Amino acid sequence: MLSQLPIGLSIAGALLLIALGLTFTFGQMGVINMAHGEFIMAGAYTAYMLQGVFSGQAVLAALPVAFLVAGLMGLVLERFAIRRFYGRPLDTLLLTWGVSLVLQQVARDIFGAPNVNVTAPSWLDGRLTLGSVAIPYTRLFIMALAVACVVAIWAYMNRSKQGRRMRAVMQNRELASCSGVVTERVDQLTFFIGSGLAGVAGVALTLTGPIGPTLGTNYLVDAFLVVVAGGLGQLRGAVLAAVALGMLQSYVEFWTDASAAKVVVFAAIIAFLQVRPQGLFVMRSRALT
Amino acid sequence: MRITPLRKMAVLMAASALALTACGGTEEESGSSANANEIKVGILHSLSGTMAISEVTVHNSELMAIEEINAKGGVLGKKIVPVIEDGASDWPTFAEKARKLIRSDKVATVFGGWTSASRKAMLPVFEQEKGLLWYPVQYEGLESSPNIFYTGATTNQQIIPGLDYLKSEGKKKIFLVGSDYVFPRTANKIIKAYAEANGLEVLGEEYTPLGHTEYGTLVSKVMAAKPDAVFNTLNGDSNVAFFKQFKAAGGSAKTLPVLSVSIAEEEVGGIGVDNIVGQPVAWNYYQTTEGDVNTKFVEAFKAKYGADKVTSDPMEAGYNAVYLWAAAVEKAGSTDVEAVKKAADGIALDLPEGKVTIDGATQHVYKTARIGVIQPDGLIKEVWNSGEPIKPDPYLKDYPWAAGLS
Amino acid sequence: MSALTRGKALLTGKYRGYVVFVSVALLLLAVAPAALDPFRLSLLAKYLCLAIAALGIGLAWGQGGMMTLGQGVFFGLGGYAMGMHLKLTEAGDNGLPDFMTWSGVEELPAIWEPFRNPVFALAMVVVLPVVVATALGVLVFRQRVRGAYFAILSQALAAAFVIWLVGNQGLTGGTNGLTNFYDIFGMYPEEDSTKTTFYFIVVIAVGVLYLVARHIVRSRFGRLLVAIRDGEDRVRFLGYNPATVKTIVFATSAAMAGIAGALYVPVVGIISPALLGVVPSIELLVAVAIGGRFSLAGALLGGVLMNWARTTFSESMPDGWIYIQGGLFILVILVAPKGIAGLAGQIGDLVARRRALRTAPAPAPEPGVKEEVPV
Repeated sequence: MLSQLPIGLSIAGALLLIALGLTFTFGQMGVINMAHGEFIMAGAYTAYMLQGVFSGQAVLAALPVAFLVAGLMGLVLERFAIRRFYGRPLDTLLLTWGVSLVLQQVARDIFGAPNVNVTAPSWLDGRLTLGSVAIPYTRLFIMALAVACVVAIWAYMNRSKQGRRMRAVMQNRELASCSGVVTERVDQLTFFIGSGLAGVAGVALTLTGPIGPTLGTNYLVDAFLVVVAGGLGQLRGAVLAAVALGMLQSYVEFWTDASAAKVVVFAAIIAFLQVRPQGLFVMRSRALT
Repeated sequence: MRITPLRKMAVLMAASALALTACGGTEEESGSSANANEIKVGILHSLSGTMAISEVTVHNSELMAIEEINAKGGVLGKKIVPVIEDGASDWPTFAEKARKLIRSDKVATVFGGWTSASRKAMLPVFEQEKGLLWYPVQYEGLESSPNIFYTGATTNQQIIPGLDYLKSEGKKKIFLVGSDYVFPRTANKIIKAYAEANGLEVLGEEYTPLGHTEYGTLVSKVMAAKPDAVFNTLNGDSNVAFFKQFKAAGGSAKTLPVLSVSIAEEEVGGIGVDNIVGQPVAWNYYQTTEGDVNTKFVEAFKAKYGADKVTSDPMEAGYNAVYLWAAAVEKAGSTDVEAVKKAADGIALDLPEGKVTIDGATQHVYKTARIGVIQPDGLIKEVWNSGEPIKPDPYLKDYPWAAGLS
Repeated sequence: MSALTRGKALLTGKYRGYVVFVSVALLLLAVAPAALDPFRLSLLAKYLCLAIAALGIGLAWGQGGMMTLGQGVFFGLGGYAMGMHLKLTEAGDNGLPDFMTWSGVEELPAIWEPFRNPVFALAMVVVLPVVVATALGVLVFRQRVRGAYFAILSQALAAAFVIWLVGNQGLTGGTNGLTNFYDIFGMYPEEDSTKTTFYFIVVIAVGVLYLVARHIVRSRFGRLLVAIRDGEDRVRFLGYNPATVKTIVFATSAAMAGIAGALYVPVVGIISPALLGVVPSIELLVAVAIGGRFSLAGALLGGVLMNWARTTFSESMPDGWIYIQGGLFILVILVAPKGIAGLAGQIGDLVARRRALRTAPAPAPEPGVKEEVPV
């Protein structure tokens, strides 16, 4: 029973990592980025590539590199395609779906169809034992990374100049633009950070999961659900939603099985949106749609 | 801007006309290119989608077999020409492409499929169109279609020897872990019947959705049950997640052996050797299997596809399928499906896994069961084998304890 | 353009819509069966089945603004209703469907029993999707869940549905789905006449459902629907209840998907979770976007074209077809946001501007004219 608690938290950590980037791009810019999963994949493959140079420590070295790689991929996507679609979020879904298909095939052609492996650093080999509960270090690492990312984003959004601009654009694009904020620049930055975070998530997920061309599709639906349940563009919403979903998943699976747990989680979200149609936290606005 | 209904309809008509002419076009092409000196065969595996991981390698080994046979003069003096199609990891697509190969390309036979679902989707097509399919992967048994030859193991050539091995190792309590689809569910049904008859205890049975990657809960359930061994029928990506998280939770081959039936040489790299080293697997062939035929097969494969490539059981079974079919065609003197089927009975060839004989009654093959252990270099070393090829028994008729299963 | 102009001259006035409809009908009913062999004909029937589902999406999304990523669920409900009936006729009065035997099910589950009756099964093809869609619609639309939220929600529904189907192998056939039908209402699937018969049934269904959808769109109700798409709150202020309108349309589109799924089963010979999940549901939507979501004919066209292209590309280049599919797709969304149906208008616009330019020089317009597309 108690042993499920850290498992739930670690699922929450992974969910939060994959969803953080989406909270930005989906929440703030209204872009439904179906290629988000492929940015996660790019992060994982970055770790794989760096393995040749850093061998056992590739995971650590890959964190900043993957952020850059995935961030730049996101930037390119934004510059050449997505910027034409602002204000039409549903069209971005279709566009990025095509991009995701192509990126998967690119990965298949570069790295081959079979999975590859990234060796975890030896210092992550082991467990923390608290009474009857043992938590693998890899899971602690993912949880710590998730917390670090959340803190960094919070600080960035609330303490830096660019972060303030970002919030301004999110809350009222026109007014921000009138006040002299270059919304285009802010959008690019947002997309860069959002995509970069997906890359970081990809690196972390090499510790627990497979690394292959279809890696992204495994996580995409879950990531969207976290964002929707948490409320668009809401950092604390995403955190709470990830924890709630992680716990639900781990306990329901404990009592029944993995398939049932998935179905229950999805059903719970559909039911939850009946009570709070815009997620846990809502940005108040007087605007009419 | 207004879109007039006329414009819409004009475009619709033009496009449909285009589609129709294009459809017609391919028809004529395939019809006229039929050559008296060629025999067309279909190769139908997933080249895209989630199953591409596994199926591309079988696709490659089948093409290699065709090339080898052509280099030796082909079949009946004719060249074998492969027609390649992509099943796209989607079962209805397999059915569509199978029908296309038989109807439009008029292939003599098809080599293809991997998942049980793809085979079940193609089965009615081959039966209705009177075609012939060679299916190269171990599967759950309880099937014997007159239009399919099965060159992979059925349950009594893989699952049951695996259980015999666990029993001989003194494992009394086992835990069943599998992906949620037909093969694991059927395999586990057989395992439970076997356990009951052989005094083994099944402590638990867990399934996860295909492509599942979160195994924290499942691993802790397994650990808490304290079994002597785990029987693993997980598939594809899930194996990677399971073994990574199993190792992170402190599991290893020493503390808890996990016998897998879907992990071959090529999957080991993706899982990471250190996550799975020392774990047993059950197959009929390993890259390290001894014999001249295998040495040549491995060399040829590496020469063609790269020195870092490995060979595995399904690849070998696909390779075998091509040779067995070619032998049957030579014996029958024709590519006619009925003649080939009749001629196939009793054909015996020396193939990489050893002597392989076709059992005409079930259209399966005799195979030697082999238990191997994963080595630090990623290859698999045989630790036990059944001594002689086991007669295929897809419905487990010769096993009294399995009476209630089918 | 000249072909179009000539066409315009030929088909003038209010009758041209009928003329075009009849010509397409003739093309499908007379030309196609003569020109195509039974295999290609049944492929065309398959595309048309998917086009019916696309038509439903065109109605819900193009006209009603409800972007549904879960249409596979309704397609599946219709398909399984049909598949269950076919499996039961085959199994006989006391027999079990083949997959239950190897799944270890000994007694027919109660929920299967009524599907023995063909009338009940055929009714369920429509009733099941409508009931589920109505329940979902009432819950969701009343809460004013819309736009991206609705899209993600319906996607979650599709994902959950597939996991449930796969997880209950004894009841649903699991990943394999239902296949291996030997007797379809007394016809045998291996015979060419069966394929032709079902082709005609599908074509007629396409025609009838297109007319139904067109009638809805052209009615007062349809105008209200478009108004809701473009300004839901404003319509509410006028005293209408958008939730009811949206629910009705969503249920209609679900019914179309159900019919499409039911026709798909005898045409293709299989219904399986692989056809219903997140990916195939998105592919349906993509087909509609490519065809042109604001036009019902465009949705149908997209459904046929996209699936035809998939077959053709994957046959001619099994290795690289994904690039072509993905690339074409990105291109269409970028240059023709209104799809192929809108492209004709876009080109017409461009030509008109060029002409205007020649007569009266003015600053050159941007080549890729961007349209304000309502979301």
